[in-house]
Amino acid sequence: MPQTLFDKIWAAHHVADTAAGAALIAIDRVFLHERTGAAALGRMSEMGRVLHDPARVFAVMDHIVDTRTGRGDGTLMPGGEDFITETRAACRKAGITLFDVNDRDQGIVHVISPELGVVLPGVTLVAPDSHTCTQGAFGALAWGIGSSEAEHAMATGTLRLTKPKTMRVTFDGKLAPGVTPKDMALHLIATHGAGGGAGHAVEFAGEAVTALDMEGRMTLCNMATEFAAMSGFVAPDQKTFAYLKGRRFAPAAFDEPYWTSLVTDEGVLFDKEIIIEADEIAPMVTWGKSPEEAIPVTEVVPQGAAKVHRYTGLAAGIPLAGTQIDVAFIGSCTNSRISDLRRAAAIVEGRRIAPSIKTAMVVPGSMAVKRQAEAEGLDRIFIDAGFEWRMSGCSLCFYAGGEGFPDGSRTISSTNRNFEGRQGPGIRTHIASPETVAASALAGAIADPRDYAQTGEAV
Amino acid sequence: MTPFPQPLNGRAAPLLVDNVDTDTIIPSREMKSTGRTGLADGLFAPWRYLNAGERIENPQFVLNKPDHRNASILLGGANFGCGSSREHAVWALAEWGIACIIAESFAPIFRGNCVRNGILPVALDRAALDSLAGAELSVDLAAQQVRRPDAVYNFTIDPEAKQMLAEGLDAIDLTLGHESDIAAWTTADRAARPWVYLEHTE
Repeated sequence: MPQTLFDKIWAAHHVADTAAGAALIAIDRVFLHERTGAAALGRMSEMGRVLHDPARVFAVMDHIVDTRTGRGDGTLMPGGEDFITETRAACRKAGITLFDVNDRDQGIVHVISPELGVVLPGVTLVAPDSHTCTQGAFGALAWGIGSSEAEHAMATGTLRLTKPKTMRVTFDGKLAPGVTPKDMALHLIATHGAGGGAGHAVEFAGEAVTALDMEGRMTLCNMATEFAAMSGFVAPDQKTFAYLKGRRFAPAAFDEPYWTSLVTDEGVLFDKEIIIEADEIAPMVTWGKSPEEAIPVTEVVPQGAAKVHRYTGLAAGIPLAGTQIDVAFIGSCTNSRISDLRRAAAIVEGRRIAPSIKTAMVVPGSMAVKRQAEAEGLDRIFIDAGFEWRMSGCSLCFYAGGEGFPDGSRTISSTNRNFEGRQGPGIRTHIASPETVAASALAGAIADPRDYAQTGEAV
Repeated sequence: MTPFPQPLNGRAAPLLVDNVDTDTIIPSREMKSTGRTGLADGLFAPWRYLNAGERIENPQFVLNKPDHRNASILLGGANFGCGSSREHAVWALAEWGIACIIAESFAPIFRGNCVRNGILPVALDRAALDSLAGAELSVDLAAQQVRRPDAVYNFTIDPEAKQMLAEGLDAIDLTLGHESDIAAWTTADRAARPWVYLEHTE
């Protein structure tokens, strides 16, 4: 009988049924960070729990670390140092591999896990972080959980799960120039709702998905959680194997027939199918306070709930492009990888951000990304244009109470959440691709990145 | 974990907004310690306070209204608890006294976190939710019913979550009872997928 990739991974990890009919599913990898990891490890220690297999548990300091050069354990967030020192102590005690504040492999969990080959096709990987679905780009079943579930996974090597339904989202055809995986994700969520994926594990497929490089696939899968899906993933192919081959925790080769069996069989039926014509997608920008409140950058603000218009200060009927912005932020697990920085740098190269911009910042997703960008001179391009260039971390994707944007700022951000207050009290966030953020920083207002392409052709 | 009250009685506090996210339930800046406690004060800080820094209450916010200051049942809209996986959102709700959330739908991680912390997530349609706002309710987990004096609403819940909540079970203890299944699976898997198993490289 033909099977979906999801069903294959699920079946391969099925250990037993529970008394009440849920499934005990084996977990191959757990990744912690200091924001939620210390709580999980602290509780385990309190309860006298022992780790099932510490060699398959990893941790990183990313969420509240300082991103300024010369950083140590101190954080700009008041009290943040405790999260770092407690996580470090707990990892040492438990025998967990930790990528510490000044480790050369430090970075955002979902950026470094693939860089290090921690995530592999066909594995189950969980982290107490909602954007764990990013790693589904490698054909893994990767999803975010709470701290209690992280304890469960570490203590037992399993999770008790009720099987989700399956959904396939197919992007047929080719993306238009200047349109990116971020726009694909926002288009999907805007069309089908922030709750559209609820109860489903979502496979992304189709010509426009297969055509993406691994970093693009990560951006697309990253937003599956904003779609309320359990996870999002892409079947592995030669690009996947080539990316992972020989990385620190990955196999040296992917020659066994097993690897190519990790695909959805022909003729299989999904519980739900969504088909999107890729060439109909435009660069997307959010106008409201949910990722579903996103429109093509060329359109006018639609009529939404009064509360949303009040918060964002944007009336229905006005063009979104041209809206003045104060802050431009490039970073986060969604869009902070080397290809993101290259594309944004291609737009800003030789140009200056608008004088009205109060803060413009680039925060590379990992120290490896930072080193690569510096080797290519991208840091100079950003700095010369007026951006700050930081050490890696989650940074201002969310406001933890230390460093923040100026009060009342309107930001354009390559992150994943435009929630009310997410980037600070009263901050109005517009999420978009790194290209759109770069173009908007130059314009001082929300701008169409296709108008700022420099190579004669749109980026 | 203590078993879910049988039944839970209380007045339903309506927060009938869609896409209530966990950043709103507990902002990152309110997660001040590495533990699970001391979070109730920051619950819904962006909406509950006019000035979160000085803790000046917003009298319009539902949980500040006299009828709902001791609410144990909260009503929500669609995709309740979306966003960050932070279990702190559920810890804050539980510490404040919420034992049941009735909403149109839940974000998956949030729903799981509720069950692990003794909060019952109930999904009902919007018409039912509208009729429950402010009403005195009795939530009967065993019968899978939400009752008001003049109406009864049935709800579905997966049997695993129902058992965990009703009996106040610890999931880890329960799973450790499957130790031999886990060991057998691991032995077979080690042979099938040796690359999954790592030695320490530090």
